[in-house]
Amino acid sequence: MAEGKVLSFQDLILTLHAYWGKQGCVILQPLDMEVGAGTFHPATTLRSLGPNAWNAAYVQPSRRPTDGRYGENPNRLQHYYQYQVIMKPSPANLQDLYLGSLKEIGIDPLVHDIRFVEDDWESPTLGAWGLGWEVWCDGMEVTQFTYFQQMGGFDCKPVAGELTYGLERLAMYIQGVDSVYDLKFNDAGVTYGDVFLENERQMSKWNFEVADTEKLFRWFKDCRAEYDQCIANGVPLAAFEQAIKASHTFNLLQARGVISVQERASYMGQVRDMAKGSCEKWMEVNGWAA
Amino acid sequence: MSDFLLELRCEEIPARMQLKASDDLARLFAEELGKAGLKPAAIDSFVTPRRLALIARDLPLETAAVSEEFKGPRTSAPAQALEGFLRKTGLTQDQLEDRDGVWFAVVNKPGRATADVLAQAVPAVVRAFPWPKSMRWGTASQTTESLRWVRPLQGIIALLGGEVVDIEIDGIVAGRETVGHRFHSTGPVSIDGADDYVEKLRAAYVIACHQERQAIIAAKADEAAAAHGYSVIEDQGLVAENAGLTEWPVPLLGDFDPAFLEVPPEVIQLTLRINQKYFVLRDADGKLAPAFICTANIEAKDGGAAIVTGNRKVLAARLSDARFFWEQDRKIALADQAKKLERITFHEKLGTVADKVERVAKLARWLVEEDIVKGADADQAEQAARLAKADLVTEMVGEFPELQGVMGGYYARAEGLPDAIADAIRDHYKPVGQGDDVPTAPVTVAVSLADKLDTLVGFFGIEQGPTGSKDPFALRRAALSVLRLLDRNGLRLKLKQAHAFALSDHVYRHVFLNTKALADVDAQTLAKFGLDASKVTDVEWQAANLGRPEIKSFVSAFAASDVPFLDFFADRLKVQQKEAGVRHDLIDAVFALGGEDDLVRLLARVKALQSFVATDDGANLLAGYKRAANILKKEVIDSAIAPAAPSEADEIALAQALDAAEPLAATAVQDERFEDAMAALASLRAPIDAFFETVTVNDSDPAKRSARLALLARVRNAVHTVADFSKITG
Repeated sequence: MAEGKVLSFQDLILTLHAYWGKQGCVILQPLDMEVGAGTFHPATTLRSLGPNAWNAAYVQPSRRPTDGRYGENPNRLQHYYQYQVIMKPSPANLQDLYLGSLKEIGIDPLVHDIRFVEDDWESPTLGAWGLGWEVWCDGMEVTQFTYFQQMGGFDCKPVAGELTYGLERLAMYIQGVDSVYDLKFNDAGVTYGDVFLENERQMSKWNFEVADTEKLFRWFKDCRAEYDQCIANGVPLAAFEQAIKASHTFNLLQARGVISVQERASYMGQVRDMAKGSCEKWMEVNGWAA
Repeated sequence: MSDFLLELRCEEIPARMQLKASDDLARLFAEELGKAGLKPAAIDSFVTPRRLALIARDLPLETAAVSEEFKGPRTSAPAQALEGFLRKTGLTQDQLEDRDGVWFAVVNKPGRATADVLAQAVPAVVRAFPWPKSMRWGTASQTTESLRWVRPLQGIIALLGGEVVDIEIDGIVAGRETVGHRFHSTGPVSIDGADDYVEKLRAAYVIACHQERQAIIAAKADEAAAAHGYSVIEDQGLVAENAGLTEWPVPLLGDFDPAFLEVPPEVIQLTLRINQKYFVLRDADGKLAPAFICTANIEAKDGGAAIVTGNRKVLAARLSDARFFWEQDRKIALADQAKKLERITFHEKLGTVADKVERVAKLARWLVEEDIVKGADADQAEQAARLAKADLVTEMVGEFPELQGVMGGYYARAEGLPDAIADAIRDHYKPVGQGDDVPTAPVTVAVSLADKLDTLVGFFGIEQGPTGSKDPFALRRAALSVLRLLDRNGLRLKLKQAHAFALSDHVYRHVFLNTKALADVDAQTLAKFGLDASKVTDVEWQAANLGRPEIKSFVSAFAASDVPFLDFFADRLKVQQKEAGVRHDLIDAVFALGGEDDLVRLLARVKALQSFVATDDGANLLAGYKRAANILKKEVIDSAIAPAAPSEADEIALAQALDAAEPLAATAVQDERFEDAMAALASLRAPIDAFFETVTVNDSDPAKRSARLALLARVRNAVHTVADFSKITG
């Protein structure tokens, strides 16, 4: 596609920042911890609870160790970027705002077929669910659009609207390239592969082959213990960080293939309890009724 | 008379919900109007992704006045009763009428403006709307009491004649403005009334009628395919789904690399249909064509070139994944894949899928060796059963669960396994639904039957049979599939025996696995508990002696599960046969005899019975039987009194007729010649009629009475060789 100037990867991010900043969103920097998705950022998870208005947008590097392919698959990465927008309460024109952002990055809806296709979202780990769509552009899913109904097991009052753009996918589409590594990162000749290919190779190796599972098991236990301490001392933000760490450690253990089916349920249950417990404490210290 | 237009506009309604929602709206709306005595001449329904609408035709502007009469207490009743009645009717005592000592009230309700009725009816319908899933949104969602809708509700049009009806729901005020197509139309679209709604929307690139969009999609898809020498593989569900995803549908054809056609066609079809909602095409030879049709929602400026290019790319990426899976999966033999089934839990109490596979393999072999399934090779049946679930751990089935079985069949063939085995792997889940084909290939039948029986015996054994509407393990469907397999293939399976066999293996495995976990009992000690049902008690003893009460209770629950298991089949059979037009009372009549667990024989009996009771002889015999049975119910045969020898002519004749019919009926039943058994009984009809005509049962002579009662008992028992006629109604 080539209507006007084609955005580089970094310009795509900058364009979205400028656009959502204009809509009143706080432009945040990524959470400085390993997470599987932008939703884990406390700016979404915890801030979607309680009555206060909250509008934010940020890029979140997302790590999914089992998706690593040693840099050999053109679409799959163990580390990629999500662009996350959260608006609470969900504005009445959120769909229009979203479509405005697509125009801004060069997608003309009278040339490209944009569709809202049912896709309800649920995260058992976060005790969360919502209704919404995956947004299709010419048959490709480019964004997850969700109205949060519950988070951490609590009803969202009010409901927040969440948009999650898959940045690499969107950029590949806009730039018309078939491999993520061929993406123009900037307009000065740097590609996505220049920046991340070696990273994918080494991290895939570490995730799948090298990571010391004994330590990982220990980290998980330590996170759990630290979480208990945080809860006991009334610091749910810190408790939630331990939940995030435990979740990523669990993902690494999964990638190492050392968790059996039976254990899997138990580990996931522990992460869920920590995430929900953090939300509960967060509600409590803020004095919000369930 | 005026038409009423209602439009409920919201963000994109899931495609799968639209038609039902449209019907629900018309139904609920009609119900609400009905409460006020209004009935539109017709209701036209419309639904698109962004709106749910209806036009109610020819409503009067006012409802008719109604006069209702209520009966009150007696005039002599205490004062409180009268007060209550006055409160209820809203009248005063002087407005009541005294009719023969009873108060009557006549309440006249004047007509109401239809607009007022609508103003109440619409919010009531909206608030109680039965969406499968609904949500809250926006500032109103500060409270969980806020309005719920499938997605945020944006606007309401409510026009009676040309006038806006005064309606407000959670801050949304009804008016006459809507919006057109998301991209082809800007600004509000103002509607005058019911008559211009559809055309104004059409001008704004919205086709309001779902069926019309379906027709456009079907016709234009056909046209696009024909232009390339292809034809569309018909798929009404997909047409409807695409009509639910578009307000202005534009089918576009694109192609894909023919090299992908090496992947099994089922995989390509699913990739196209499920993931992308594309139509699948066939070439002139009937083979899958390397092309697809997607349905866009716009009249694109470039004629759709960019849309087709985009969709081609997405499809190519998906087909590459599919081809990768197809290549990877074939590198691992099914037997090796099957080993991974140990990691998948079938059910917490019933072990892993690998355990299930072991049981099914034994059961399949048994079905062949016992000659229940004829014409199959026992080794092949066992091998097919061992491999049948292996594809569950393949990449392809991980991606497309609906291809379970199908992929196993392909992989088996690719390994060079015999067709009988590959076919059995492919088809062993069948029959799945009502219309699904029932397997007839012997090896397939053995595996399919064994798989379902094992599931049923297992879940009944752990007391997880269906209750009410809950059937989480789809046991009703499994039982129905067993019935269809037996029926279609004429299999003589004694359910009780099959239950006992399957149960012993379940129990054996459970005890074995549990005790192995104890590590203090060696496998050999347990291995002596063979797999036949008679050893269950030994296992029970063993379990008790191991000091594991939970094993003992598991074993006893299993041992006691034969009755609910068989009852369940009887119920399922009734449901199934009812649909096939067989009277369930006749099934009861045969079941009531007890001991019949061979369903093929049972059905033959029921069918013979059904034909018989439809004849004159049958109907009369039934009448005679009922008369005899009624007498026997009331009268007690005093065994102390020696019966007299038959004295009257018709009494003698009946005794003789019984002498002749009894052995004939018994032998015929024995030989499963049920029509002959019925014919033998039919010979009793005339003697019974004559007997009741001329012979007095309740004779004053106790010896005669006793003899005649005994004769009637013989009649009843003779009839019971065929069926318990007392269960037959009418």
